[in-house]
Amino acid sequence: MQNEVILKVQDLSRRFGGVRAVDGISFEVKSGEALGIIGPNGSGKSTLINLITGFVKPDKGAVFYKGNNITGLKPHKIASIGIARSFQTVKPFYNLPVYKNLIIPLYSNRVKKQLKGGCMGDRDEAAMHLLEEVGFERESNLPYKITGTLPHGYLKKLELARCLCLDPEIVIVDELFSGMSMSEIASAMPIMEKIVAEGKTLIMIEHRLRELFRVVQGVMVLNFGKIIARGTPEEVVKVEEVKEAYLGKEGETVA
Amino acid sequence: MKIKKGYRKERLDRGIKARVDDVFAISSYREIMYLAMPRTLFIIFLLLLPLSGSITGPYWQGVIIITCIIALLTLSWTFMYSVGLISLGHAVFFGIGAYIAGWLSSSLNLSPLITIPLAALSGAVLGALLLYPVLRLRGIYFALITFALPLFMMRLIEATGCLGGTAGLSGLHAFPSRLFASYLVIFVLLFVLFGYLKIMDSDFGLVLRAIRDSDLSVHAAGINVPLFKAQALFIGALPATFAGAFLTHYYRFVGMTAFALEYSIFPITSAVIGGTGLFPGAVLGAFILTPLSESLRAFGTLRIAIYSLLLVLFIVRLPEGLFSFIQKKYFQFERWVPLERKDDNAK
Amino acid sequence: MFESILVYGLVASAILLLISLGFSITFGLSGIANLSYGGIYLSAGYLTWYLINVLQFPLFAAALTSVTLMAILGALIYRILIIRVRGNIMNEVVVTFALGLATMELFRFLGFGGYGFSLPSVASGGIRILGQAIGFQRLLIIGVAILVALLLWYFTRRTKTGLALLGMAQDEYTALSLGIDSDWSATYSCAIGAAITALAAVLIFPLGVIAIDEGYKVLIRMMAVTVLGGLESTKGLVLACIILGYFQVTVSNLASPRWTEAVFLGAILFVLAFRPSGLIGQSKELEERV
Ligand SMILES: Nc1ncnc2c1ncn2[C@@H]1O[C@H](COP(=O)(O)OP(=O)(O)O)[C@@H](O)[C@H]1O
Ligand SMILES: [Mg+2]
Repeated sequence: MQNEVILKVQDLSRRFGGVRAVDGISFEVKSGEALGIIGPNGSGKSTLINLITGFVKPDKGAVFYKGNNITGLKPHKIASIGIARSFQTVKPFYNLPVYKNLIIPLYSNRVKKQLKGGCMGDRDEAAMHLLEEVGFERESNLPYKITGTLPHGYLKKLELARCLCLDPEIVIVDELFSGMSMSEIASAMPIMEKIVAEGKTLIMIEHRLRELFRVVQGVMVLNFGKIIARGTPEEVVKVEEVKEAYLGKEGETVA
Repeated sequence: MKIKKGYRKERLDRGIKARVDDVFAISSYREIMYLAMPRTLFIIFLLLLPLSGSITGPYWQGVIIITCIIALLTLSWTFMYSVGLISLGHAVFFGIGAYIAGWLSSSLNLSPLITIPLAALSGAVLGALLLYPVLRLRGIYFALITFALPLFMMRLIEATGCLGGTAGLSGLHAFPSRLFASYLVIFVLLFVLFGYLKIMDSDFGLVLRAIRDSDLSVHAAGINVPLFKAQALFIGALPATFAGAFLTHYYRFVGMTAFALEYSIFPITSAVIGGTGLFPGAVLGAFILTPLSESLRAFGTLRIAIYSLLLVLFIVRLPEGLFSFIQKKYFQFERWVPLERKDDNAK
Repeated sequence: MFESILVYGLVASAILLLISLGFSITFGLSGIANLSYGGIYLSAGYLTWYLINVLQFPLFAAALTSVTLMAILGALIYRILIIRVRGNIMNEVVVTFALGLATMELFRFLGFGGYGFSLPSVASGGIRILGQAIGFQRLLIIGVAILVALLLWYFTRRTKTGLALLGMAQDEYTALSLGIDSDWSATYSCAIGAAITALAAVLIFPLGVIAIDEGYKVLIRMMAVTVLGGLESTKGLVLACIILGYFQVTVSNLASPRWTEAVFLGAILFVLAFRPSGLIGQSKELEERV
């Protein structure tokens, strides 16, 4: 499986009114690869994710997953074949207790089968386990709180946990770290590293380059809906266009 | 608020105490009584109601039945609401059930015991199919379209003259007896109430509640949201179509009034007054409002105006509804406890 | 036959446009589905009637007064009621819906139903177009509908305030950070919507009598048009009005007038089955701005 192309995006385009949010993007991701996507606000990163995961329909272009054309499939179909995504603006189930948030993906067809027995107890246990993994201590009362009362950083982690529930092959996270405190980011880093270590494919949109570059091997830079650079982090930060578009004229040094 | 000098008010929640305690130990039978009492009382109350008809006379017996019917409609409305489907025209489900039962009874000459379940089921399927395409859309489309549907159904029947046209279908089969009818509707009401509570407690119900919070996340969790909504719509429509079918046989008549505005607005008002989204609240609301509105029947359409105004008032002023209010009063009690004196610490 | 459909279809389309513009502009500018406009429509009719017949206002002054008062009423409805439930779609819809119902049923109870309630036309007489006699009142409706539609289009696409309001509806947070007060923009949008609905009432009621059911009819047509046209686009709205208007007239000419109401049912069912997001609305079932 390693080094096979798992996701292929071909000439994907989408306009909103006059705005070309995504404009003819093509790229490939290999199985087990960790890819970062960066670019200024409004450059079309989130729209690209929405196109891949079926939340927005493309005007043109196609998406292939393991060689199968998945363009235009419904979002739940795409999720259930193994592409999980998080939302940039968190969308938890505010009125449910925290751990119940994870029962929902665990109830989906993809995982229902894998959870042997599939009875209530199994699912609750699986949910608690995943929560623990993203940093909700089991002993604390956090998992039982109503979700709406959690601080924002925790909601972000919950968003991530919801992706992981699906036991996905590709994890796509959209600006996970924005809105997290430094210590929360520090605690979330090992999770990201673990996802990669487990051999899952990771696509990560991120503004925090320092952390991003520690996780990913390749980076893709978007601007005005187009790819303006792709390569390793070191290569990418050297490209003049990227410095201008993203880092500002002077070009900030990035470790 | 009164203030007692040197004391502070403390509020305890007995419900939480009773419930939390039984996690650790078999709770005392007083605690169980305490938790189970309201619902037991309610069940006993309902079961005794029809018997009281022999004392109060047929008029009140009729009111009891109408009240249960409105309660069923309200439960149905509340179930849809808890998936995020706001129905402004519940009369459409009611009317579909009513007309199917009427048609089955008049053309196939079937007994109510067959037409009612048949009409309830097929009506709910029809309703779910009719509205399935709208379920894919977010926002207010469902509300807009459900509002329009009953009005159009009326026009359609008026224009085509089918199903009895403006005259309706009359002389339909009656129930064996009034008492039978009362107990039938009461049992169904209890069944629906506790059935709905059960469903909402299950993982299936959890998904439905999640859809209301954030449908996008449910999509992203790999769950076919329109399918779940359609199932919810079917389950939600059942009591309403039953109510329609039941009333058809109760009145032995079905006419265009089955799509009347009353059946759309009464459930919404009852639900809001009882506490939007709460099933016991739905029943409470219907049991408060329907007898009231029956006594206002002389005022004709003014009832709708009154109901609407009540609706506005409650949404704006007491959005959590009466049930939560009563629940709080039942479970919480307040007492005065002496304040620790400052000079105690100083010592 | 053909000419009559051509001419009267246009009139019907203009009527639809005029009654649905108010609802649509409020929704477009503030995202509020204000279902109380059926009540506003009726109130405007009776108010004008009262001003003319009881207080002896001249027609034009009466019309102007009612439009102004209805605009104020629209704003008040927002400031007093909607503002308290803003953001909760269910409550917004239910509160405005209930308010509309209460108004209409109150009028019915007070005995405003019967004949004898009618408004005078602005101008009697008419001309012939394509051999069809058409009254000045109907011409006026066509003119005003087009004018109002153009004005609104100009206001929302070309003026600063309009653009700001539009941006507001699309992205409340950004607009807030630009210093646009969402409550005031919503107040204006409700006032404008109510004013246009009142204007429609003053112009359209002279064609018939003021009856309670007109309020419901208007509400339904408003919805049929917006559902068919899609909630977001003006183009779709105009298109839906033209389609429904001509369809309605064709049906009532070829079959019978009692079928006209069923046309709207047909339209809604069609939209339901084939194009749930409206005729030219793209399927935006899941999209949202991120
Ligand atoms: N649903 C939508 N409707 C209209 N415009 C949109 C929508 N979603 C995104 N856009 C526009 O597309 C462009 C790209 O947005 P986005 O993909 O969110 O950028 P990023 O995530 O890189 O910040 C922006 O100009 C944005 O305003
Ligand atoms: Mg983004």
